[in-house]
Amino acid sequence: MTALFTIALRAIMRNKLRSSLTILGIVIGVGAVIVMISIGQGAKAFVEKQLESLGTNVLIIIPVSTTHAAARGTTGTITLTAEDTFALVKECNAVSYVSPGIRTTTQVVSGNMNWTTGVSGAGPDYQIIRNWPLKDGRFITQQDVNSMAKVCVLGQTVVTNLFGTLDPVDKWVRVKNIPFRVIGVLSAKGQSPTGQDQDDMVLMPYTTVQRKIMGVTHIGYALASSATAESRFEAIDQITSLLRQRHRLRPNEENDFSVISQVEFASAVMETSHTMSVLLGSIALVSLFVGGIGIMNIMLVSTTERTREIGIRMAVGARERDILFQFLIESTVLSSFGGIVGVIFGIFTSKLVSYYGGWPSLLSSLSIAVSFLFSNIIGIFFGYYPARKASRLNPIEALRYE
Amino acid sequence: MQDIIILKDVYKIYTMGEVEVAALNGVSLTIRKGEFVAIMGASGSGKSTLMNILGCLDSPTKGKYCLEGLEVSRFSKNELAEIRNKKLGFVFQSFNLLSRTTVIENIELPLIYRKRISKRDTDNIHQMIRILGLDGLQKHYPNQLSGGQQQRVAIARAIVNDPALLLADEPTGNLDSATSKDVMNVLSGLNHNRGITIVLVTHETDIAGYARRVIVLKDGKVLSDTPSQTFTTPLPQTPCETTP
Repeated sequence: MTALFTIALRAIMRNKLRSSLTILGIVIGVGAVIVMISIGQGAKAFVEKQLESLGTNVLIIIPVSTTHAAARGTTGTITLTAEDTFALVKECNAVSYVSPGIRTTTQVVSGNMNWTTGVSGAGPDYQIIRNWPLKDGRFITQQDVNSMAKVCVLGQTVVTNLFGTLDPVDKWVRVKNIPFRVIGVLSAKGQSPTGQDQDDMVLMPYTTVQRKIMGVTHIGYALASSATAESRFEAIDQITSLLRQRHRLRPNEENDFSVISQVEFASAVMETSHTMSVLLGSIALVSLFVGGIGIMNIMLVSTTERTREIGIRMAVGARERDILFQFLIESTVLSSFGGIVGVIFGIFTSKLVSYYGGWPSLLSSLSIAVSFLFSNIIGIFFGYYPARKASRLNPIEALRYE
Repeated sequence: MQDIIILKDVYKIYTMGEVEVAALNGVSLTIRKGEFVAIMGASGSGKSTLMNILGCLDSPTKGKYCLEGLEVSRFSKNELAEIRNKKLGFVFQSFNLLSRTTVIENIELPLIYRKRISKRDTDNIHQMIRILGLDGLQKHYPNQLSGGQQQRVAIARAIVNDPALLLADEPTGNLDSATSKDVMNVLSGLNHNRGITIVLVTHETDIAGYARRVIVLKDGKVLSDTPSQTFTTPLPQTPCETTP
């Protein structure tokens, strides 16, 4: 067996250019599999991380306009009130926290700097619901809400654009010519699954946004959190029935609000990224397969070319098995060497892609092991036919072959 | 002396479409240990077929072939490979050395198909190299050697396994007359000094003259079987009696 291995290695070394071209097919195949899987895995991990950043138990309640709502002489957007949210906490046992919300886009000014951003109203529980730690200062309190305090908490992007590297806490910003004191800074959270910068935001007590900035009494939406991720369905049911009751909707009337779970939204995104990685992986597998056919092709040429050698070996006593193994070892060595180079190439390329392409990639040792193993299987599978053909040669004819 | 080869009524029939062609048409012969036999005959006389059967590269269609008491005509392909490896050596007209493979590796070739390589085998290699005057050429490649040297390497490869029978198929066919003489002297030497049984196929009478017994084939049958002392230069035109 060792001797057969030496023979095979020598045969590979004898024709370096051809061997390396044969290997190239496998290198590209294995490399592609690793790159594609790592990109797919990376995207999946990225989405998962964002899902976590949203909070798996967060529910968003938004008012929706219905045909009936217009008939009642109201517009759909004002059906939700802060009182609704207080009732939710009080009466729905699956709901742990609720924060009324309202949002507008406006310019925020500090000194000679200005920045147009979203100004969101929030309650004191907002921080708990979003699971969003502060970087500095304090958060909005119930007292701030009650007194419609002219205070605000800034997201990282806003801080960077208005204050640069300065500490904004206890400084003043102006919104619609009203000065607001900065009481805290949120830690950076990054992009949402839809690609929005979550840090580009100013938080104020929702009452302040309602009265001082927008001059309205309704709220735009509410954030709620269920006790656990699992109890979110129960929470959705409770919220729905309570709000229907509070909004005095008859059984045949449609909801004038909608309760959305972040999980459902994010899992749709995850589904897409999963489909993508399966697609990318199968394209890569095809190229690995083509590499295997390349090996078979070269091995067929090689066995024909070496017919005489096979005849000589048979004449001096090589059995069918010896010839079969010789060529099988040759193709397997080619493919597994290609596999090793392909793994290195794949690791390098996926690092390169994530570095320059800004695309997340996640190398998993499983995908590396599987694609390497697969390259060996390809070598055996595609090497078997040529090897068997060689081993079945008639020694007399093989010796006479020119 | 011991009978090393016994052929009894051996037929080799090839089917070409609908026609059956008998390359060997009932050949019977006996070769004893230590003999040096030349097989002659015109092309198509069946000498190559006989050589292939003697060399266990092919099995007879009918009849019995015993090599050193083993009825090899009933062996499987794998068993025949083992017989070739252990009991036979081949020297070909076109040398049939592995190209881009060194002299020493060519000589060692039969040994890699053995389960075990003993010290005796490796000693044997060194002895072969000395006897055949290949010292210093071990690391050379066949294409760096002259025709005579290449055939010496082939001979070394043929006898490295201490064969019961050495088969030489037109060993001088590709060589000039001086080198032919040289190679034939090597073969006679091996026969004479080491007692290796040699069967030689040739169509040159002076080469056949090195053998001590000449078998002439015609149409797949033994035409004559004579000791070579009585052998005169032109092929005998008179039919001789076939040996039983």
